[in-house]
This record gives sequence, C-alpha cells and structure tokens, in this order.
Amino acid sequence: MTLLGYLSLWLAFLVGLWGAVTGFAGGLQGRADLQQSARRAVFAMFAALALASICLETAIFRHDFNVEYVAAYTSRNLPTFYLWSALYAGQKGSLLFWATVLSLFAMLAQVLTSGRHRQYLPFVAAVTCVVATFFVSVMLFGGANPFERLAFTPVDGRGMNPQLQNPGMVFHPPMLYLGYISITIPFAFAIAALLSKKLEVDWLVAVRKWTLVSWLFLSVGLLLGMWWAYVELGWGGYWAWDPVENAALLPWLTMTAFLHSVMVQEKRGMLKKWNLALIIGSFLLSIFGTFITRSGVIASVHSFTQSRVGYFFLAFLILAAVASFTLYATRLPLLEAEAKLESMVSREASFLFNNLLFIGIAFSVLWGTLFPILSEWVQGTKVTVGPPFFNQVNIPLGLALLALTGIGPLIAWRRASIPNVQRQFAVPAATGLFVFLILLVAGMRDLGPLMAIGLGGFVAATVTQEFARGMGARHRQYGESLPLAAVRLVARNRRRYGGYIVHTGMVLLFVAFTGMAFKTETQATLRPGESATLRSPYGQVYTFTHLGISQYDALNRRVTAALVDVSRDGKPVGRLKTEKRQHVDALGRNTFEPSTEVGIRSGLREDLYVVLGGLVNGTEQAVYRFTINPLVWWVWFGGYVLVFGGLIVLWPGGGPPAVRRTQAGYAVKLEAER
Amino acid sequence: MSIDRRRFFVVAAATLGAVVQDSLAGSGPAGKVADPASAGRALGPTTAADTDAAYQAIEKRLKCSCGCGLDIYTCRTTDFNCTYSPGLHRQVVALASEGKTAQQIIDAFVAQYGQQVLMAPPERGFNLAGYWVPSLAILVAGGFLIRTLRRWTRAAAADAAAAAPAVAGRVDASPAELERLRRELERLPS
Repeated sequence: MTLLGYLSLWLAFLVGLWGAVTGFAGGLQGRADLQQSARRAVFAMFAALALASICLETAIFRHDFNVEYVAAYTSRNLPTFYLWSALYAGQKGSLLFWATVLSLFAMLAQVLTSGRHRQYLPFVAAVTCVVATFFVSVMLFGGANPFERLAFTPVDGRGMNPQLQNPGMVFHPPMLYLGYISITIPFAFAIAALLSKKLEVDWLVAVRKWTLVSWLFLSVGLLLGMWWAYVELGWGGYWAWDPVENAALLPWLTMTAFLHSVMVQEKRGMLKKWNLALIIGSFLLSIFGTFITRSGVIASVHSFTQSRVGYFFLAFLILAAVASFTLYATRLPLLEAEAKLESMVSREASFLFNNLLFIGIAFSVLWGTLFPILSEWVQGTKVTVGPPFFNQVNIPLGLALLALTGIGPLIAWRRASIPNVQRQFAVPAATGLFVFLILLVAGMRDLGPLMAIGLGGFVAATVTQEFARGMGARHRQYGESLPLAAVRLVARNRRRYGGYIVHTGMVLLFVAFTGMAFKTETQATLRPGESATLRSPYGQVYTFTHLGISQYDALNRRVTAALVDVSRDGKPVGRLKTEKRQHVDALGRNTFEPSTEVGIRSGLREDLYVVLGGLVNGTEQAVYRFTINPLVWWVWFGGYVLVFGGLIVLWPGGGPPAVRRTQAGYAVKLEAER
Repeated sequence: MSIDRRRFFVVAAATLGAVVQDSLAGSGPAGKVADPASAGRALGPTTAADTDAAYQAIEKRLKCSCGCGLDIYTCRTTDFNCTYSPGLHRQVVALASEGKTAQQIIDAFVAQYGQQVLMAPPERGFNLAGYWVPSLAILVAGGFLIRTLRRWTRAAAADAAAAAPAVAGRVDASPAELERLRRELERLPS
C-alpha cells in the first residue's frame, strides 16, 4: 500500500504540473482544449492525493510499524477514534492531508462555480495546481515523505502524544487546516481576475463566498483550539499569544477586514485595490503561518519538529509574494474606483476605519511574533514577547474595534446627516453609558473590563435596535407577528442580519474575555477528608474536599484519579474528578511523561477548574490547583453565536442574486452619472 | 425476619454515613497508592511561599526555561512534571528571603539568564520599537487615511457642484424638496 501511496504522490505531482501549465496557457491563449485539460488535471490530482491518503490511513489502521510515520505517531492500543486523526498528527501526514483537502477544494471550485464565472476557472485551476503541487513537492523532495519505511519493524509504535488524544484535537487541526487551505480558492480567483483583466464586481461575488467559507472554518478552528487548550493543557486559560496561535489569527483578521470592505466595493465600486491586496495578503499569511508552524524558526509549544521543510515554505512564501504583487502592480490602472466618497460620516468611511483597526491588530500581532527574531538581528539579544506585551498593545485596539462594531451599522451609506446620527445613536450610546455606570457603581475599577462591557452594551443595543426596527417595519407593513417578522427579517436579509448575529457573538466573546481579569486560584496539599477554600469574584466561598485517590487501567493508560467534593457557601455543588494519565504501549511500557486531565465544572457565571498536580511521597495526600474562571462558558456560547451568524450569511438564497447585483450596479451607475 | 422499607433506609443511611465518615477522617497518614510512578513526579507538600501572592506576581513576569513558553508560576502549577519551574520558584523565594525587592529579584534573573527570561521585553532601547511601532504605524496609517478620505470627499463635492445644474435640470424638485426627501429616506431603516 505504501508503494501505491508513494506512486500516487508522484502522479499527483506530475498531474499538478500539467494542470498548472495548461491552466495558465489555456486561460491566456483562450484555448478550450487546454482549459478542459487543466480542469481534468484538477480532478485527477484529487483522485491521486485521495488515494495516497487512503494508503496512509490503511497503513495506520493495519499498524504497519515498518512505516516510519505510523511507528512515530500510533501504537497498537491507540483508540480507533485517534487512528483517524493520526493522519494529521505529524508533520508528514498533515502535509498529505493539506494537499488532499486543497485538491478537493480545487475540484469543488471547478464544479460549484456558476457559469457566470467560468472565464476565471482555467486560471483558478492553474493557481490551485501550483499550490497543491508545491505541497506534494515538499513531501517528495523536502524529506517529508509519509510513506518512508524503516530498516526494521518495531513491535509497537511510539503512540500519539497524550495531549493530542482529546476530541478537541481530532476536530481542531482539520478545521484550522480547512480555513488555511480554502483561502487558496479566493486567492486563485483574485489572481484569475488579475490575469484575465476582468476585474468587474462579478469576480467578487465568487470570491466573497469562498472567503466566508475560509473565515468560518478558521473561526471554528480557532475556537476549537481555544477549547482544547482550556480543557487539555491545564493552565487554566484559552489563549496564550503563542506564535502558532498568532499565525492562525493573522489571516482571520485580514479576511474579516475583507468581508467588511468587500461590501463597499459591491455597493459603491470602491476599494478594489484594497480588497485585492487583502485577499493576496490573507493567502500569504496562511503560508506564513504554515512556515512558522513547520520551520521551528520561532519557539512554540504547538510547532511540529524542526525540519528543513521550513525553507521550502519560506522560498514559496517569497516567490508567491513577489509574483502576486508584481501582477497586482501591473493591473493597478484597471482598479480605479467607480465612485467617490461623499462624506467622512458614512458607512464607507466607518468600514475603512474598521479595516484600519483589523490590519493594525494584524500588524501588531505579526510584529510581536517576529520581534524576538528582529531583536536578535538588531541588538544580538533574544527577548521573549509573551502575553503582557500582546495585551498591552492589542487590548486598546480591540476595544476601538468593538466600538466600531457598534458604530458602523448606525451610520448611513454615502452620507449621514446630524439628525440621522443623533436618532441612530441615542439608544445604543445611552445603553452603553448606563452599563458602564452600573458597573462603576457596583465597584468595578478595572478600566479594561469596564470599557469592554460598556462597549458590549453599546453594540448589543445597536444590534437590538436594528432588529427591532426591521421587525417593526415588517409588522406594520405585512401585519406579521413579531416572532414571524424576526424569522422573515433574517431569512430575507441573511447577509445583513447574519452579520449582526456575528457581531452579537463578538460582543459575547469580548465580554467573556474580561472574565479572565477576575480569575482566582490557590494551590493546596490535601489528605483525604481535608479541604481548601477559595473565594469567587462574586464573593461566594467554595470549599474543595479531597475524597481520595484511585488507580486503574484504561485502554492505553494507567489512571490516577483524584475525587474532589465541592460545596458553595456550605451547600453541595457536586464532585469533580481530575486525573494523571501514564500512557503505555501494548507491551505496557511507558510512552510519554504522565499527563494531566483537568476536572471542570462549567456554569453560566464561572468555571471551577481543578488540576491534580501530583501525590506527596506516593501517598493519597494530593497536591491540587483550584481555579475559578469567570464567564468562560460565554466564550464557547459566543463562539456558537458567531458561527451560527456566519452560517446564516453563507446560506444560499435570501433574495434573488440578480436583484442584489442590479442594486449594486445601480448604485455604481448613479455615482457615475453624478 | 421482615424489615420494613423505612427501617431498611435508616440502617442503609447510617451504614453509608459511617463509611463516608471513615474515609473522610484525614487525621492519620494518607495510605500509599499502588503505583506512585504513574501519578507523575513525587511532590512535596505545598508551602506558604507556593501560594504567596507577592511571589506569584514576580513569577508571572519571568519565563520558565523548560521551553513551555509559560511564566514560572503558571508552569509550576500546570506542568507538575517540569523540573525547571520548581527550581526557579525556589530561587525567587531565596532571593526574597535575602530581603531583595521584586525589581531586584527580576534584575537578578535578567543578570543570570538574560533578557529572554522576562515575559515581555523591558521598555528601553530598541525594545521601545517593539512597543511603539504598531501604535505609531496605526496612527500614521490613520492620518493618511483621514487625509485620503478628505481628498476624496472634496473631489466628490467638486464633481457634485459641477454636475448640479445638469441634475437640477433633470429633476423636477426644488432643493428644499430634495432635502425633505433625503430626510424621509433617512428615517427608513437602512
């Protein structure tokens, strides 16, 4: 099977090269036969890579430990669930997974793109073939062949890192990969539009949907990563500004900026240069993130092992940047705006400031991530850029962005008059101020959380006002009941009201993030029956009583479990179990250092987070860390709301596209006539 | 012998209570576990210094050298297998017991391990660029954006003024009526 897999990789490489050549040639020369050949090459490449993936999964499921990758990341007693995820648990397998999914997206782009955008497809085929072929070439020539065999066959494999044996880790990497990978499709459409010089609003429609798909996958990937870090790593937080986390956040920020500014191009024919630059930048940042994760150039707990594949990614990143921006520069004269900005107080201007902040945050995250390297170059001193730096720089920018999330929807397109602004802002601004003052009176003095929650109130009021007005209008015009009006309002204007739901999700996330400023924790050593107490930020006293230790074998590990009885102000709340796990292979040999499983009791107000540190001299006397994390539940709920809103925006329909296009075109035409 | 249901539950509850009471005694030495090695590194009892807020504040500014990327406090209370963070914690405690202030302890760590032991670079010299470049870049970009927007709006106003007679000729409405129309439109949900 491994030989078949390896041959499939070669086949994918050759077919990819063919697809790239015929795609570019067919598109530039307008030759239908070459265009058709490029399209078929995309399908063939997907078939070859899917076959290679099946071969690797087969080797994993057969426990073929003669394959180096299988021996390095699996063992005979690894649960079946994680045998699936072993495909992308290591560097080599994840490259194959990446190339396969990219070829799948490339095929979907060919199949799902409507007839109106067919003119771009040969170039799209070419660009996707280039990128996928690059990934295959890393496997073939970069020392990352997943089918490499060992000179001997071990009795059992090393097994999977215990921290990866978590449901979050099964879904988090593929979601993040799907986000990263699918950015290639909007990038391919952007390059296609530049090459074909067909830069009207039309290409943007195809790009926007794909960008939304990428954004949604990246959002889910980031949220799942946060959840995994919280439940698995045991440090009690969900975001540590680690370089790999930052690398995933960067394209998310630029794509979010694009999803806002693209509306200005669609409605007013403006910002064409900017939008193209954002799409190209997002793709380059996704490659940059891959470079960071796989090169080991910046220390990160999430990185794959340091290897020479990093150089491949760096070279590809530079080549892609030079080629894309050179092409971009040659097409600048074709990207002039069709309309002019009429007022500084307009929706268009607010979107531009929103973009400024998104890109500003992206720049500051990138700057902080790379600053250790820069410092070493310039002053010969290694420095650490950790959470204190990122929080200091990014929290004010994040608050400004939250404010704009509320301001943007309140300002009219083209020009907002003073009475209009007063009428629109009255309720949301009063609400935000009211929330701010209530918190101040209640004794909150920490400016960051005060501002975040106050601004959250402002944005929530903005969204509520928008929904209330829309529903009221439908109620008056069609006599619909308010619930029905709400459903139809969203259904008929999915993009707008789905966007507001996304904003609601962001508000919930921002407010939930503030909870971390109030977390309380303590460490205690307890004999069975002894208790430790901890006061929550809300003033209640939690008592944690150590009930005892039990040890047992389970699947591929020996478990040391500690049971803790919890009461709040003397009233029983429940019991929490936290574990130490020593993973073993099929022969009972230890495979990794013992890992910790956290005991979590999640509630609307706060999470109780209990970590078993270890035992004192091998007795039942246990060392614990007890943490109370306020508002963490709302992080996950805010994530659900954000994704739900994104799905509504993405859902097809919501009014005939022809009407929307006509309206967009009409707006541009009106501008041109003025 | 027949036992009624009520009596049965009373006896069962008393027995259960006795068992729970027994297991919760906690006054004697805790029993040995069967396999201490699988529970990770053997730890000592928590001391007052381990939970001292002043030490925690210092340790949160210093990075553990085990490669985890976490500060000393978070590492020693998260990865209980780490062999570096407990030692670094003891060093903090030892320096404090010598009467050193928080800043002196941090300076001692920097002298021994270099600047990279700090979780954030000190705000001096080239490091100031680290802190200020993003904010300055955003300010400059913001200034440029405002200037560009002003130029665009002026150009739009000039175009509108030039086109005004022609438009006025085509639209059968007075400026007052047009203004009223604009106000009415603004009252509609956008």
